[in-house]
Amino acid sequence: MPQILVQDLAKTYRVAERDPGLLGAFKGLVHRRHRVVEALKGVSFSLEAGELLGFIGPNGAGKSTTIKILSGILKPDAGHVEVNGRIPFADRFAHVGQIGVVFGQRTQLWWDLPVAEGFDLLADIYRIDPTRYRANREDLVALLRLERVLDQPVRQLSLGQRMRAEIAAALLHEPPVLFLDEPTIGLDAPSKLAVREVIRRLNRERGVTVLLTTHDMHDIEALAQRVIVIGHGQVLADQPFEALRAGVLAERRLLIDFAHDAPDLNLPGVEVRRRDGASLELAFDPARTPAPALISTIAAAHDVVDIHVEQPAIEEVIARFYDLHGAVEA
Amino acid sequence: MNSLRLLLRYFDASMRSQLQYPGSAIMLGIGAFLTTIIDMVAAWALFDRFGQVQGWRLGDIAVFYGVVSTSFALADFVTRGFDVFGTEFVKTGAFDRILLRPRSPALQLIGYEFRLSRFGRLAQALLVLFVGAWAVGVVWTPDKVALLAWTVLGGVALFTGLLVLQASFAFWTTESLEVFNVLTYGGIQAAQFPLSLYAGWFRNFLIFVVPLGCVAYYPVLAILDQPDPLGAPDWWLPVAPAMGFAFLGLSFLAWRAGIARYTSTGS
Amino acid sequence: MQAARPYLAAFASRFLLMLQYRAAALAGFATQCWWGGIKVMIYAAFFAAAPAAAAASPMSLAQVITYTWLAQALLALTPWNADPDVALAVRTGAVAYDRLRPVDTYALWYVRGAAWMASRAVPRAALMLVAAGFILPLIGLSDWAWRPPPTLAAAAAFALSLPLALALSSAFLMIVNVVVAATLTDRGANVLFNSLIIVLSGNLLPLALYPDWARTALFLQPFAGMMDIPLRLYVGELSGASAWAGLALQVFWTVVFVAIGRWGLTRVMTRLEVQGG
Repeated sequence: MPQILVQDLAKTYRVAERDPGLLGAFKGLVHRRHRVVEALKGVSFSLEAGELLGFIGPNGAGKSTTIKILSGILKPDAGHVEVNGRIPFADRFAHVGQIGVVFGQRTQLWWDLPVAEGFDLLADIYRIDPTRYRANREDLVALLRLERVLDQPVRQLSLGQRMRAEIAAALLHEPPVLFLDEPTIGLDAPSKLAVREVIRRLNRERGVTVLLTTHDMHDIEALAQRVIVIGHGQVLADQPFEALRAGVLAERRLLIDFAHDAPDLNLPGVEVRRRDGASLELAFDPARTPAPALISTIAAAHDVVDIHVEQPAIEEVIARFYDLHGAVEA
Repeated sequence: MNSLRLLLRYFDASMRSQLQYPGSAIMLGIGAFLTTIIDMVAAWALFDRFGQVQGWRLGDIAVFYGVVSTSFALADFVTRGFDVFGTEFVKTGAFDRILLRPRSPALQLIGYEFRLSRFGRLAQALLVLFVGAWAVGVVWTPDKVALLAWTVLGGVALFTGLLVLQASFAFWTTESLEVFNVLTYGGIQAAQFPLSLYAGWFRNFLIFVVPLGCVAYYPVLAILDQPDPLGAPDWWLPVAPAMGFAFLGLSFLAWRAGIARYTSTGS
Repeated sequence: MQAARPYLAAFASRFLLMLQYRAAALAGFATQCWWGGIKVMIYAAFFAAAPAAAAASPMSLAQVITYTWLAQALLALTPWNADPDVALAVRTGAVAYDRLRPVDTYALWYVRGAAWMASRAVPRAALMLVAAGFILPLIGLSDWAWRPPPTLAAAAAFALSLPLALALSSAFLMIVNVVVAATLTDRGANVLFNSLIIVLSGNLLPLALYPDWARTALFLQPFAGMMDIPLRLYVGELSGASAWAGLALQVFWTVVFVAIGRWGLTRVMTRLEVQGG
């Protein structure tokens, strides 16, 4: 029985439209025009307990609509949703007591209150048993390294500290499922690494099921075993990330620095992308031409100083994917 | 009950947050006290010039005002969350977070902020109330004190209802509606004077639509041991504050309708 | 005239911008109707209750009623709060841009503030005039209506006094702006100023109706010129020598406020520049 089940989810918004200007505003008072936006057109997927899923797609694709429906704060127009065996919006109090949600750009903690007091307030809100609360809080504080931050008001925290406190806050009531919406947005590099590490450990050590929405593809690369791509309100892909990459942009790049001017290379299945004095950038398909074979072929024939093999940047892969499916920003 | 405990914790958090800036809190309180003083200035000047109106004197007006202003001060103290609901919660999407907690949204909004400065108005209102009552010779027997408490409760219910209604409108317009200030602050001004001064249609508005007359005029008549010049039966006078609760009940219907709309159309 | 161009342009642009806020104008109008209506009913009750005092009153009921509607109509002309644009500019530090422009900052803010108040007053006043000036008499309630000035002289005096009131209010608005810029917050200033202005401008109660012993002092104080003096000129309660005195007081206090405002602004700006904005 999957922990999260989504079947043929559909949601349509009616957006009021108005002509600009004074006259338009007046007309708007009298006659309302509506534009129909189909945010979700039949989305289906499921998650087993303990999975870590990356949820990506261009803006306006339907990601936040899906998250809101899964959270129980938005009612779908059609389809079936089940989380932890419950229908989210039908049983909202019971449902939200079993999920944790972190929004990247907004904090749920109280701005002027020390972090620890914010946690205590949440413990009362979620009616957490005091003994469990204390033990769990200790664990989370250790895991998220919040010891020094506990008695500082939230407004004094750095963005990285705030995000860690935010994640702890979302887990105080020990929900089996965690929704993360852009958790690393705006963070500096070390903080991003720290947050990713935390999410990984939560998933591996505590078995928390994680659904991660993000635009930062390095988050995906670092964390997600499986990726769902949403575009135009539909699921465009649902597979492990490497399979996605291979399906879209299978090529690898080879950067070679030669001892002297770069030679003219004419090898089957190899494309010269750039020539820059003594350097060459080549593109090849590793399925047809394995990297080790290619490198030894070139090195045997020429004086090679340095070699660098890389995959195309994830952003490129994803952008290519969106392109292929016409899934540009709505 | 766990809800009460939660409210106390919210209250505690709010107090501590404000007392971080004690000077500011005091200033705001004094400011509130001073601004509410002007509520009575016009009445005072008019009585000074004209002496009385339909047999009512300044002391009577002070009691009417004191009761309704006390009710508002107390309601204002617990409804800040509803007051700023449109701009702070609907427009920003912060209401989503409220829905993500396994607690009633109304409870969370009551806990949002308890402003100490409201005690400035409360102090002034009680002062005016008791000085006015003394001036017209009210004797505070236990049943009058009970009636006063009951009246204030009804008033708190009414003003809370107005603020809940104002917040409900925000689900449709996404802004905090200033028009409701007319009914709260304007309501205090209107309820200062006995209903008999007003034109018939307005009187009915203050009894049947926004029942300010029921949480000030009628019960205070009973406290002042006066019969109603408009002819309402004596038994009605102490019962009238119940209308405040009825109004509150209706406003919560609007509130729930608003939440239903929010959860089906997103934000 | 060339020198005035930037200021005229600033006035026009702010004025037109504020005219777009219909919803706010309608809400303001509804509020005014309520307040005006309540006051009018209360005054009528008092006047009816004590005929002797009513006869001795410096203003008749009809005059008080017209005054009340007018006061509500022109409510936006009183400087309740700091100009929100200034408050915002101070908060965000955009004040620096105003300093970089080759115009006098005081004059620029003054003109923008005047436009802000005037543009908020126009739609509300127009609605109020239609409702209280035309509709009330049409439905047979002319006793409660907003009446025209009793004489041509009164109308002329009002026409002179109204722009002076705007000038005076704008000058005081500048002082409020300076306080906001100096304290970097618009919290505290508002509360204190508001109550003072409500009473002393005649908004709460026509100044003539306060106890007789207070009347001279109330006439001489600066805020009378923002509302009370023009309205009394309109209903004809101030005429002859006292009318000229009223106009002169408006001019006097405007000059005083402008002087204080300019001095204050220079000091605040210097301090802001020293601090690096």
